[in-house]
Amino acid sequence: MSAPVRHEADAILDEVIPARRPWSHVVRRGEVLRLIDTHGQQAVDFLLYNAHDFGERYSAQDTWALGGRAYLGLGSVLVSNAGRPMATIVADTCGNHDTAAGCCSVESNTVRFGHETRYMHACRENFILELGRHGMSKRDIVPNINFFMYVPIRPDGELTVVDGISSPGNYVDLHAKMDVLCVISNCPQLNNPCNNFDPTPIRAVIWAAQP
Amino acid sequence: MLQPHEMSPDQLRARYEALLDAARHRAKASAVAVHPGHIPDGSALLHETIPGGWYWSARLRRGTALRLANPHGTHGVSALFWNADDPSERYNAADTVKVQWTTHLTTGSLLLSDMGRVLMSVIADSGHGHDALLGGSTPETNRRRYGAEGLRNSRENLQLAAAKHGLDPRDVGPCLTFFASIRTDGDGAFHWQKDGAQPGAAIDLRAEMNVIAAISNCPHPLSPDPAYAPKPVTAIVWTPPPVGPDDPCRTAGIEAERAFVNTERFFGP
Repeated sequence: MSAPVRHEADAILDEVIPARRPWSHVVRRGEVLRLIDTHGQQAVDFLLYNAHDFGERYSAQDTWALGGRAYLGLGSVLVSNAGRPMATIVADTCGNHDTAAGCCSVESNTVRFGHETRYMHACRENFILELGRHGMSKRDIVPNINFFMYVPIRPDGELTVVDGISSPGNYVDLHAKMDVLCVISNCPQLNNPCNNFDPTPIRAVIWAAQP
Repeated sequence: MLQPHEMSPDQLRARYEALLDAARHRAKASAVAVHPGHIPDGSALLHETIPGGWYWSARLRRGTALRLANPHGTHGVSALFWNADDPSERYNAADTVKVQWTTHLTTGSLLLSDMGRVLMSVIADSGHGHDALLGGSTPETNRRRYGAEGLRNSRENLQLAAAKHGLDPRDVGPCLTFFASIRTDGDGAFHWQKDGAQPGAAIDLRAEMNVIAAISNCPHPLSPDPAYAPKPVTAIVWTPPPVGPDDPCRTAGIEAERAFVNTERFFGP
């Protein structure tokens, strides 16, 4: 069975998420969310919550336990902390997305890169503000997915954020298995290569559920 | 000194690569392993045996240490840690591996909070390996692994432990699992390594803040044992020697030094 072709002209939503900015949207069960790395090498920090019960949220550890593999790609099931599928990756022109390294924060930046980086914008600032719009707080942030961010984990344990492997126009399609609140931080990090030291806009496109 | 926002992409890349090189150099030199030794008479504050399948929690005062010992070689003991003075600050699995450039935790490693501070430092470890990625068992992993309902699991144990300190399931994020060695192969697939769960393995963790510690004694989801058969482990709270300026956890690298500075700033000058 071949995957259905999705035409952007048929989308029910098509938005540009500016560089460094947060975004959120409820994607209904059956809808498909496409995230497009329009310029290439742009990390997209991504969290998922059950739209009807925010206590149920994306869990990297439950996702790993089911998938058995550190990196996410075509066929990966994104699993909640209640062990339920929230979304599946039904198309992916990049592959090897990270879900180990979490989001950047001004606090972890001080540890990794020095206290002089304390006043640089970071993903956790975006997440706190965007989650706040939905009545959530810092407590509700869990280690997220980083689409288009490449973090190889070596057999000896070394874990390193290296240059992104996405080309301009690469995309990933998520098929929602429940109504999900998707929260994005379009990563502003300048202290490591995850955005090629030049954060760029991305695009979010949603298609309606197929009957 | 050039501020980061004034640096060119080439300068930023060069700074990043220098930090990575330093981390690789340290990994190659690998810190001297310190095995958990005899706890001096009179310095043990509390001694608990945690039965297989069960959980335990305690408040640890800053400067005290928690020894976890695995006398019978049970297949993993999961754990979570919160700042007892403000539990919105908690163990951050992602920052712990990212900041230290490795998933391999042993003597000299730090367990970091989401606030760039040190919750616990590993002052001694028998060195058989721990899992900083996959975490612990859940009702779903037990169902898939053992085909049975209602088996005790780390997700629910840690939620129960958290509840006893006024916390709720939102406070229970990704955990880590001691005595479970996991290797990630070139394709990213996870593999159980039998070394982690050796009988006699032990680890000493020093609290660098006032900490709520929650421990769950349930088998790791990748345990190869076909039977659900967790065995008892021991937890001892004790008073280790005070931290000196040349403490090996603090001097493990530039990142560790900065995390300790952040921790000290939390407690004031």
